[in-house]
Amino acid sequence: MPTIRFRLNGADTDVDADPDSSLLSILRGQLGMTGPHFGCGANECGACNVMIDDHAVASCDTPLWSVADKDVTTIEGLGSAQAPHPLQRAFIAEQALQCGYCVSGILMSAAALLKRNPNPTNMDVRAALDRNLCRCGSHNRMVRAVLRAAAEMQTR
Amino acid sequence: MTTPVTETAPSPAAPKLPPSLAANPVLSSWIRFAPDGQVIVSPGKVEIGQGIVTALAQIAADELDVDIARVQMVRTTTAGSPNEGVTSGSLSVQHSGRAIRYACAEIRQIFLAAAADRLGVATEVLAISDGTISGPGNVSTSYWELADDIELDRHATPGAVPKLSTQRTLAGNSVQRIDLPDKVFGRPRFIHDTVLPGMLHGRVLRSELSAATLTALKEDGARGVAGLVAIVRDGSFAGVVSETEAGAEAALLALRKDAAWSPGEALPDEDHLADWLKAQPAESTVISSKTAPQPGEKKRTMRRQYSRPYIAHASIAPSCAMAQWTGDRVRVWTHSQGVYLLRSDLSVVLKLPLDHITVEHMEGAGCYGHNAADDVALDAVLLAKAAGGRPVRVLWSRADEMSHAPFGAAMRVEIEADLDARGEIVDWRHSIWSNGHTARPGRADQPALLAGTELAKPFPRMISTNPPQAGGGGGDRNSVPLYDFPSWRIESHRLLTMPVRTSALRTLGAQGNVFAIESFLDELAAEQNEDPVAFRLRHLTDSRAQDVIRSAARRANWKPAPRDGVGYGLGFARYKNTGAYCAVVAEIEGAEDISVRRLTIAVDVGEAINPDGVINQIEGGAIQATSWVLKERVRFDNSRITSNSWSEYPILRFSEVPEVEIEIMARPDMEPVGAGEAAHGPVTAAIANAVFDALGVRVPTLPITRDNLIAAMELTS
Repeated sequence: MPTIRFRLNGADTDVDADPDSSLLSILRGQLGMTGPHFGCGANECGACNVMIDDHAVASCDTPLWSVADKDVTTIEGLGSAQAPHPLQRAFIAEQALQCGYCVSGILMSAAALLKRNPNPTNMDVRAALDRNLCRCGSHNRMVRAVLRAAAEMQTR
Repeated sequence: MTTPVTETAPSPAAPKLPPSLAANPVLSSWIRFAPDGQVIVSPGKVEIGQGIVTALAQIAADELDVDIARVQMVRTTTAGSPNEGVTSGSLSVQHSGRAIRYACAEIRQIFLAAAADRLGVATEVLAISDGTISGPGNVSTSYWELADDIELDRHATPGAVPKLSTQRTLAGNSVQRIDLPDKVFGRPRFIHDTVLPGMLHGRVLRSELSAATLTALKEDGARGVAGLVAIVRDGSFAGVVSETEAGAEAALLALRKDAAWSPGEALPDEDHLADWLKAQPAESTVISSKTAPQPGEKKRTMRRQYSRPYIAHASIAPSCAMAQWTGDRVRVWTHSQGVYLLRSDLSVVLKLPLDHITVEHMEGAGCYGHNAADDVALDAVLLAKAAGGRPVRVLWSRADEMSHAPFGAAMRVEIEADLDARGEIVDWRHSIWSNGHTARPGRADQPALLAGTELAKPFPRMISTNPPQAGGGGGDRNSVPLYDFPSWRIESHRLLTMPVRTSALRTLGAQGNVFAIESFLDELAAEQNEDPVAFRLRHLTDSRAQDVIRSAARRANWKPAPRDGVGYGLGFARYKNTGAYCAVVAEIEGAEDISVRRLTIAVDVGEAINPDGVINQIEGGAIQATSWVLKERVRFDNSRITSNSWSEYPILRFSEVPEVEIEIMARPDMEPVGAGEAAHGPVTAAIANAVFDALGVRVPTLPITRDNLIAAMELTS
């Protein structure tokens, strides 16, 4: 098996695996990162979204070879309870989820949005999250949380 | 259901335990004190994304006077949790909440008495603060100091008196959900993220064809896949077990390539579903009838027909389970809504005594009724038989989740109203044709689990039934009007055939029935040139019903001046006629497609334990209902479900979600009731009525898509 090297949540990572493996299966399997979730396997729901460099990407249909030498960020790398990302703080403050299965992917889409647009409008947030599905109906809370995080990041 | 239900009148008879506590009377099965200063609470209801675990923790912390951070909620398991049946029907606060409140009230008294003994003071002078029990002169002890000397393995006794609503400090206040941090920081919390030592991965082979039988299976391809542990076959049930998840997927792919299936069962004609529903053999029941003492004089009759399609649960996660055999005992991890009920069905299929099976709950994705959670648990149990004692995790595919899990039943509703010379309703007739709305596990002598129908010695597919009216009914849920019409007859026709598998989906029949009743009422009001709010208020005597309608109307500035293409509509119901009251004003914009811009909602859930949780549930229900109304319809041809992906079964997206504004009526002294299903029916009707307001067209067929809108326009013109 060839070795694919990339940076995962800031750490250099080598993976020996079939280069055509999906990034999601490698993250959840070999690398033990269960934050990105399997939802459909077809890039239709966003539950598995991660950031590759600064873009939100569905990891379920991203082949491992394509992330060689790139920066991959999962929810585990976004922040932690000790050092939360403003988005994570805002999602708790707004109680912006019900079941939460979709939320790790949504946080990654939102994080990518705030990197390219630190001051989004309500409609910008909705457009950025439009490929992420939420079945519980927490959309409006999530939009509020993203706007809250953006405002907090602006004033820091 | 013809008389308003009385709310709080205390029975003059001897006090009784709340039903869940009466069924599980041992106090220690609910509440224990851990030596490290924690309170261990074991409910029989499970977290399905609705926040119940937090609400129950609030109730316990309040009644015992401990900080909520000390409360540890235990996952439900057949190895010791109270048996509270199934987490469904918006009943968890009523069932589990009351049981915990009364158990805690009694435990508090027991500890106060023991503290009084130990401290040598009277009970009355003692106070509890964060679990510390103190009295005059700086004497104090605590739950944890006393716990060793107090036996809680005793039965609850009737007559415990919980705190008054004014004495509670937590219930009634919004507290943060205790399960949220794990989910926001990506820590493993879902069953999907759990890795057991030595765990293998399983996948099950299912045909796209509905109820097909497996006629040939070549194993060579799958045998060649690295990591394969076993291929399992029992009749039409077939699956693979592998060392890795990727290996299981690859082996399944190979197995599928070489599998042959018999033609399955024919499915109905999707384009004539409402006709098909009425043509099937059915069991007919009169749900309610009422005769006017002095019948009004009928001048004319109005008839309308409404329908809704099959609706998918479409959980965001495919169903998942794990199972591990040790000899002839099996342990199962599941996101089922009812661990004891699943255990019963597993016992029937496996021919094992109940005590050989342990079923534990773990959180899954949001669950809106009986989806494939129970099915996949049996899959895991069957595959794990071939795993040599190692645990096996099974995950369904998105396609199987969308096509093999039970659906919410399609419905046809016909309503006739006899009107007198002034247009007043003198008689009302409501008839429903629908499959039953529940085929849950553990309630019949045959199992409800999918794999049970696939085995070499198969169990028949369970035909869905309806819960009794006393439990809220099924297809007939909310079919009895809350309006005081002088006479009525309500009939339910439950289909005895079931080519499309149906079981409980959020609200059961309430969404369809409320849509029909409220659409028809709106039309009657319009016929009389009467304001729809005034028309409804005039036909209601229940003041709580009137209050939510008035509140929603006031908050929405009813009725805003008409603008081109924009319309406003009202919908109202009391869920199950015994639960939460909910009124909705919808603002929609009608262009080529309908978009819902705003939903203004007033809701009365009695005592709101966690108001933010109530808002979250109502808002989520309202948005999900908007998705059902605008988009959702299970698609099929004559042999297979074709809507087996998100592109074939679209749901509402962020850019399409309406603004939602919610007012909770303050009722701290009313019995708390659930919020999860209150909004769906009223939202559905409000949107449909707003479409009429905007476009002058009544769309009687859900979903309100462009096609159904055009069809309705053609009928109108």
